[in-house]
Amino acid sequence: MVCAMEDHSPALVADDLTLSYGSVRALDGLSLSAERGAVTALLGPNGAGKTSAISCATGLLRPDAGGVRVLGADPWRSSPQHRARVGVMIQDGGLTSGASAMRLLRYGASLHEAPLDVDEVAEHLGIDSFARTLVRRLSGGQRQRLALALAIIGRPDLVFLDEPTAGMDPSIRRRVRELIRGLARTGTAVVLTTHLMDDVVGLADAVRVISRGRVLASGSVQEVISEHRSADGAVVVQATAAGVDPEMVPALEADLRATAARHGARLEITSGGAADLESVLLELMDADHPGPGPDGSGAPAATAVGPTEEDRR
Amino acid sequence: MTDLRDPSSPDRTDRAPRPAAPLRRILAHAGLETRILLSNGEQLTVAIALPALVLIGLWLLPLGRLDGVPAVDTAVAATFATALVSTSFTSQAIITGFDRRNGVLRWVATTPLGRGGYLAGKILATLATHVLQVLVLGVIALIIGWRPDLLGLLGALPVWLVGTVAFGSLGLLVAGTLRTEAVLAVSNLVFVLLVAVGGIAFPTSSYPQILGGLVDLLPSGALGELLRACLASGPFSPGSALVLVVWAVAGVLAVVRWFRWTDS
Repeated sequence: MVCAMEDHSPALVADDLTLSYGSVRALDGLSLSAERGAVTALLGPNGAGKTSAISCATGLLRPDAGGVRVLGADPWRSSPQHRARVGVMIQDGGLTSGASAMRLLRYGASLHEAPLDVDEVAEHLGIDSFARTLVRRLSGGQRQRLALALAIIGRPDLVFLDEPTAGMDPSIRRRVRELIRGLARTGTAVVLTTHLMDDVVGLADAVRVISRGRVLASGSVQEVISEHRSADGAVVVQATAAGVDPEMVPALEADLRATAARHGARLEITSGGAADLESVLLELMDADHPGPGPDGSGAPAATAVGPTEEDRR
Repeated sequence: MTDLRDPSSPDRTDRAPRPAAPLRRILAHAGLETRILLSNGEQLTVAIALPALVLIGLWLLPLGRLDGVPAVDTAVAATFATALVSTSFTSQAIITGFDRRNGVLRWVATTPLGRGGYLAGKILATLATHVLQVLVLGVIALIIGWRPDLLGLLGALPVWLVGTVAFGSLGLLVAGTLRTEAVLAVSNLVFVLLVAVGGIAFPTSSYPQILGGLVDLLPSGALGELLRACLASGPFSPGSALVLVVWAVAGVLAVVRWFRWTDS
C-alpha cells in the first residue's frame, strides 16, 4: 500500500559542488536548494556555471566533489522511475531534427505512463500551428516551445528549464509564464535559468545569483535587491499612473520631483522592478569578476567598477 | 491547462509521474527512428537505391562472380551485404552524429528512455530497416531470376545478426568520437571503399594475394565471404566467422570505452 504523504523537503539540494573541465573550474563550491511548488531562478552571466549546475542535477555530469540530491535521489544513478519525475529542457534543445513537431511530442508522451494530453499541450503552447513541420525547419522560438512541451509532458514533480522564454514573442512568452506559474501552483518545483529580468520578477519565488561557479546571492527577488543594492541610498519605487493626459506628464513628473525634494530625495523616473534587479545583478557581477583593464592586465576598468562586497560591509 | 495537476484531485495517484513500460519505451524510440530513416530521401538512397544499383550492376556485368554459380546469386549476396553496411554503419553513424550535435543524446539521457533504451531502440530500428531492405531488394532479385535456398537463408540469419552488431557498433564509434562534419565524410567514404574494395562486391579470391589476405581480416570481407557461402554456394570459411565475431565484440567494447554522448 502506498501512503500518500506530502513531502516538504526541498526538491533540489546541491551541496558544495565542484566541477572542472580540464583547467577551467565550472563549479567552485556551489550550494543551493529549490523548494517544491516554487519557481527558483538561477541568474548569472554566460559561463557562470548555471548550465553545469543543471547538468549535475540532471545526471548528465558527475561533479568532481560535493553532493546533489534531486527528489531525494542521486541523479547520477537515476532510474527510469526517477527520470519520469524530472522534466528537462536543455539549452540547445535536444530535439531530433528529422521528426515533425507533433510526432516528437507524441513520442515524448509515449515514454510516460500518464502523460498530459498531447493535443491540449500543443494547443496551449501554439505547437499545433506547426505540428507537421520538421524540427530542422522550426524557428528558434518554435523549438523552445517544443522543448518546453517535452519537458512538462510527463507531469514532472521537478522541471529544469534552461532559458525557457529565449527567442519567444511577447504573447507566447506570456503564455509560457502562465504555464510556469501554473506548474508551481500545483506543486511542481521549477528551476529555471534566464537572462530576462522581467521573467525573474514576474515568475521567481527565489533567486540564486551565480558567478564563477558559486552562489553570490540567494533569497527572494526583494531580499536579493534589498541586501545587495548599491550603497548610494537609491530606492526603486515602481508606480503606474493611469488616466494621465500625455500633455500633462511633464507637469506630473515635476510635481513628483517636488514631492521627493520635500523628503530630501532625488527622483529618477525611469526604472522598474526588473531594471532594479538587473542593476543589482550587474553590480554583483562587476564586483565578483572585474573586466580586463585597458592594458589587459585584469585591473578594473575605471568606468565599470562598483562597490565590492567588502566595501558594502 | 495551466493547472497541470490538481493536488486535490482524487486520481492524483493515478496521474503521478511514472515511466511507461520498458518495452513500450524502446518500441516508441524504434518507431521514431525507423520513420525518420524511411522518410529521409538521402537515407533511403543509401538504404535502398545504392544496394539496388549494386544488384543490377553485378547481375549485368561480369564482375564479382564465382565459378559455376549463377550471377544473380553472387549479386544477391553482395547486395545484402551492401544493404547491411549502409544501414547499420553509414545511416546510423549519420543519424547518431547529428543527434549528438543537436543535444538529442543529452536530452534522451534525462528521460525515462535513458541511454540503454536509446541504444536498444536504435538496434530495433536498424533491424526493422534491414527487414524492409531484404524485402524490397529480394523482390527485385526474384524478378531478375533469384531462386533462394531456404537452408542458405537460415544460415545467413546469424551472419546478418552478428554483422549488424559489428557494423552498428562501428557506426556508433564513428558518430560518438568524430565531429559531425567528419562523421558525414568518413561514414560515406568508408562505405564506398568497403563495398568497392573491402570484400563486399568482389570475393576476396579475386584480389591479388597480399590484398586478399588483408581484406579477409576486414569485417566487410568476412561479411561478404559468409553471405556468399550462404546465398551463393561459396566456400564457407570458419576464419571469416571468427573475424566477424571479433569485430563485433571489439566494436561493442570500443563503443563502451570511447563513445561520447556530448560534443563538449
